[in-house]
Amino acid sequence: MNQKILVKYEEEPKRWILQLSIAFLIGIMLAWSSSTVNYKITAKGVEMAGCIITGIFHPDTKLLFDLSENGVAYLLLETMCIAFLGTIVGAILSVPLSFLSAANVVARPVALLVRVFIMAIRTVPALVYGLMFIRVTGPGAFTGLLTMSLCSIGMISKMYIESIEDLDIKILESLDAIGCTTLQKIRYGIIPQLFPDFMSTIIYRFDMNLRDATVLGMVGAGGIGAPLIYAMNAYRWNEAGAILTGLIVLILVIEVISTKIRVKLARG
Amino acid sequence: MGIYNRILKPRKLQLSNKKVIEEPISKTPIILIMLFIAACISAKITGFNIHILLKRGGKFFNILTQMFPPKLSYVNNIWNPLFDTIKMSLLGSMTGSILAIPFAILASSNLVFNRFFMLVIRFLLSLVRTLPTLVTALVATYIFGLGTMAGTVAICIFTFAYVGKQLYEQIETVDMGAYEAMEAMGANKTYAFLAAILPQVLPAYLSICLFCFEGNVRYASILGYVGAGGLGLIINEKIGWREYDSVGMILVVLFITVIIIEALSHYIRLRLT
Repeated sequence: MNQKILVKYEEEPKRWILQLSIAFLIGIMLAWSSSTVNYKITAKGVEMAGCIITGIFHPDTKLLFDLSENGVAYLLLETMCIAFLGTIVGAILSVPLSFLSAANVVARPVALLVRVFIMAIRTVPALVYGLMFIRVTGPGAFTGLLTMSLCSIGMISKMYIESIEDLDIKILESLDAIGCTTLQKIRYGIIPQLFPDFMSTIIYRFDMNLRDATVLGMVGAGGIGAPLIYAMNAYRWNEAGAILTGLIVLILVIEVISTKIRVKLARG
Repeated sequence: MGIYNRILKPRKLQLSNKKVIEEPISKTPIILIMLFIAACISAKITGFNIHILLKRGGKFFNILTQMFPPKLSYVNNIWNPLFDTIKMSLLGSMTGSILAIPFAILASSNLVFNRFFMLVIRFLLSLVRTLPTLVTALVATYIFGLGTMAGTVAICIFTFAYVGKQLYEQIETVDMGAYEAMEAMGANKTYAFLAAILPQVLPAYLSICLFCFEGNVRYASILGYVGAGGLGLIINEKIGWREYDSVGMILVVLFITVIIIEALSHYIRLRLT
């Protein structure tokens, strides 16, 4: 018995050279990137940390429960609307793009080209898009919406492409065999396969957009980001605490709901 | 669902063998109508206006056309911030994903049987995940001063929460047979974890970390906006000076870097699984 185990052990591939070189590589990368670290925390920094923590844990309740247009509730509603419409517009824009870049729908060179295009869209930071759209619509929630929809395209179409490439062709062939028209094939063969995946992607992206909404505030594109950043820049930590509390609660609630829906979609 | 079926009665069909079956009415139209109403309300609040978009849409390309052709001579000033960005995301991702391991273990329901404790850790992970990275970066700049350290800390915190969540979900799906067998043979929990569970989750863990690193490089490029170092710093500066051709060059370099990193990590992830 023991003999057999030892023999099996001997058969185990010896990959210590590979493992050692990987460890060495990681070590070198760590050493290279450690130049970003500085441990010099000044006394002012420590004091500041104290201020931030006490401020955030004592949120400004007047702002938090203010129901007017400057209150947290309205700002959250606006943020949610931006994220919601932004996700929907982005999701609609991604449909043609992702069909054009799925390798089983169009020729490979076209697919590759469209993929590079999608990647280019994804690389431009949200802030730059925000600046471009401010020229179109002026500062405000509308700009935020457009920015968000462009930013969503990258990730949504990446997920779309995966589900399109996983399409079960056999169903289409059998629909062909019983004499369906193209429209019927799309209605009964393609849409039922893609719909749950697409919905799941959209819901996930909505979740992410809500988290990223603070970025938009930086360029004055509406939503909760701008008041949050202003409050933090002016060291009004109570206000920042109130806004953050609202945002965190909203994101947690949305996350719970969206996970529930997505689990349901995945299990059919 | 019960209420739903009571309001809209399922359609009854009689098959040829006299058997009666019920076909529930599709919920898709109702969901679509609800989504449409929500979209209308959002359009009202955000001031969505298709006319403005059609009339002034061309203005969008104002800055875009100024970015091309990119100013090639600016490329020499980009390398340092670019490497800062990569370093920030590399170190932040590594430390974050290592920090996430113990928390992920404590949050997985098949290894920890104290339900309350597990839920507390899970709540902590989701709480950290809700913090916007830009906000953590801004707070970090106040504590650590302007520079790359703040960005590294922000990325580390984000990675910690993201990898932590993905990893505990991964640990929960492993085959527990080997672990239980090792425990039955008298191995302690640590050893059983190292020998039975670690090999099962390691490829997935590395792939999650790489995926996170990919995203972090892209994210790190905007952290400079709050003074946390990296490419965002010079993007911000050049936008301020309206030197859009330099911005275009920065974006081109960033694009190439992201493509290279994604291709590398995609290759490694394919090898891992």
